[in-house]
Amino acid sequence: MAFETTETVDCDILIIGGGMSGCGAAFEAKFWAGDRRVVLAEKAVIERSGATGEGLSAINCYMGQRYGWNTPEDFVNYVVNDMMGLAREDLVYDVGRHVDNSVHLLEEWGLPIWKQENGQYERIGRWQIPIHGESIKPIAAEPARTALGPENIYERVAITHLLTDDDDPGKIAGALGFSVRDNRFYVFRSPVVIITTGGASNVFRPRSVSEGLGRTWYSVFATGSAYGLMIPAGVEMTQMEHRFVPTRFKDGYGPVGMWFQYFHAKVLNALGDDYTVTRADELGKYEPYGSAIPTPTPLRNHQMFLDIRDGYGPMYMRTDQAMQALSGGDPAKMEQVRNEAWEDFLDMTISQALTWAAQNIAPEETPSEVVLAEPYIMGSHSGEAGAWVSGPEDVTGSGAAPDYFWGYNRMTTIRGLFAAGDGVGAAPHKFSSGSFTEGRIAAKAAVNYLADNPGRPAVTGEQVQGLQQTILAPLATYDRHKGATTAEEINPHYLTPKQGLVRLQKIMDEYGAGASAWYTTNGPTLERGIQLIEMLREDLAHLAARSPHELMRCWELVHRAWVGEAHLRHLLYRQETRWPGYYYRSDYPNLDDANWRVFVNSRYDRAADSWELMTRPYRNLIT
Amino acid sequence: MPTFVDPNTCNACAEEHLGPLCVYICPNDLMALDVVANKGFNQEPDMCSECYACVKLCPQEAIRVRGYADFVPLGALVQPHRTEDGLQWEVVFRDGRRFEFTYQSRTRAAGSVAPYQGFTEDSAADLRNQNLAGDSVWLGVDKLPAPARGRD
Repeated sequence: MAFETTETVDCDILIIGGGMSGCGAAFEAKFWAGDRRVVLAEKAVIERSGATGEGLSAINCYMGQRYGWNTPEDFVNYVVNDMMGLAREDLVYDVGRHVDNSVHLLEEWGLPIWKQENGQYERIGRWQIPIHGESIKPIAAEPARTALGPENIYERVAITHLLTDDDDPGKIAGALGFSVRDNRFYVFRSPVVIITTGGASNVFRPRSVSEGLGRTWYSVFATGSAYGLMIPAGVEMTQMEHRFVPTRFKDGYGPVGMWFQYFHAKVLNALGDDYTVTRADELGKYEPYGSAIPTPTPLRNHQMFLDIRDGYGPMYMRTDQAMQALSGGDPAKMEQVRNEAWEDFLDMTISQALTWAAQNIAPEETPSEVVLAEPYIMGSHSGEAGAWVSGPEDVTGSGAAPDYFWGYNRMTTIRGLFAAGDGVGAAPHKFSSGSFTEGRIAAKAAVNYLADNPGRPAVTGEQVQGLQQTILAPLATYDRHKGATTAEEINPHYLTPKQGLVRLQKIMDEYGAGASAWYTTNGPTLERGIQLIEMLREDLAHLAARSPHELMRCWELVHRAWVGEAHLRHLLYRQETRWPGYYYRSDYPNLDDANWRVFVNSRYDRAADSWELMTRPYRNLIT
Repeated sequence: MPTFVDPNTCNACAEEHLGPLCVYICPNDLMALDVVANKGFNQEPDMCSECYACVKLCPQEAIRVRGYADFVPLGALVQPHRTEDGLQWEVVFRDGRRFEFTYQSRTRAAGSVAPYQGFTEDSAADLRNQNLAGDSVWLGVDKLPAPARGRD
């Protein structure tokens, strides 16, 4: 039997996840925490883990306060409009006012940022700056590793469950997980935990289903564990109905921002028409957001969606026209633009470069297809799913917003449990730099909490052993039942993690407004989907694993299934279509600001196995 | 496959104290060592995002990528070669056209960063305010913005 060794780690702050948020949290926590022990657990290796591990070609959240480019208030106005009226102004403001510090530090630590002739950063758009970012993640990870000390970074340890205090289930006590390398089960006991793990790819059936299953737009190793850890622990979640449907280069899912904003390329349909022109009137149905500048991302998606639905595809990014216009016949200029165009992919989505090479696409000659991808549920990019957290004291602590503030910035509704990045809901558009920054914000607040709450958590062996048995069950299930069949994958007693994943994706795609359902659903369809996902959740108690690697896949699937179920329940609860282009409720096709400009929150009660859904008010704290 | 290992070039990182570097670095726990052949291999190709973390790190340049069978025609190559401060990319089209692109990855050597250098914040006295560590040097403006009004 595997995992005969159990290692108990006692620390003062446990950071779960070593992506951008986790590295930011580690760096900041150690500065304020002094001699207290700060530990980070990560399922991979922090130099290349998380959504930015492959690299980035731009930082998408930078105010440029020192240049007078933007204020944090400008950022709040932009984000609220892009989210069709729903974002926590206090949280967004807080990221905006702090983020420049992080960007300047990343540059100091070795990140090459493009410069204009006057020495200022080059700009792609209002908030976006181009970088030579292939190594942004190792650059962000280095100070975190140095600050904590390598002995406090537990890599290849997959965290599956949170521990709450035996004497007070409303208080955090640590987390459990296992190593995929050294056969060791881990018990982390900590009065403070910061969740910085990822949003969710592969919850919906993707457009590529065989080898291409790995080429999701959001990182394939972002398994929704931010939510899968918090939901079953009873954390109040917000905006879990929200999703992001990226418009991206077809199949390779290469980024389009540089093409739209820096190269000024247009997407035209098969007739040569520009949907932003031919579908301009459509925006009027979604006021006041329809007339916002820039047009909110879901509405631009919606305009393109109508073209595709009506049969005017393929949609082509006219890279050829843009590059010819930029170079103006100058071969040296064309050389420069070609270099920049390829770097955009080679820095962050290398597959798209390979797709171009394999399909003989030289962008200066041949336009390139774009599509609407499958939906993703996340909180750091253009999605806003996540935990409902307390805001910053000086914005929300005056008593004016008691439901936005309960003592410590970025603390969830479980005391001592903090979140950042994809884990924080209603605070989108953080991207890499903002997530790193939010990890820092959460970490400083966590040290404040620790100073006020010095006690150790109460964790009995009973709680740990019960969960340990659950966590390792797939290994035992396989051993017990493998003899029941001559074909390992067809066994009446268990599901493999891949089989369970395909079931989840099919339910989500067909009932939860996935790509094959034209992003459309309604109440009865969602209710049927919930029935089926409840049965899936029961079946997930019968997952089988043959190795620690497969055991990790089992728990990644369980996390994804929590995300899927929460998503369906929230979709059912919100009776409107707030984000056309992301999803459509055919029974409530209109945006309804009068009744639904509110946050939809939920809480799962483990003891009763029931979900409570509720609304929280929108508060104009900045706008 | 999408990443695949050339068996004639892979030496299982015989000299590396971290063991095979592809196994060490893979963000999705895909690269594994075949202990019989003593070669690296991708144990779960449909969970590979072609992130190239292993390709970039392999000391032998033994790892390549054959694009996803779902949608990538055969015959192309996108292969990085390390330079002093970045990567040189070799791009070969299916039709044989070749391009080369070289980009910088970092402006200072890995391992040369001293965290908190020059920070003036006091970890006790400044704990309760809204500033983050290093604001005095790195925020770029004199004062951390506070909202003009905190109202509903």
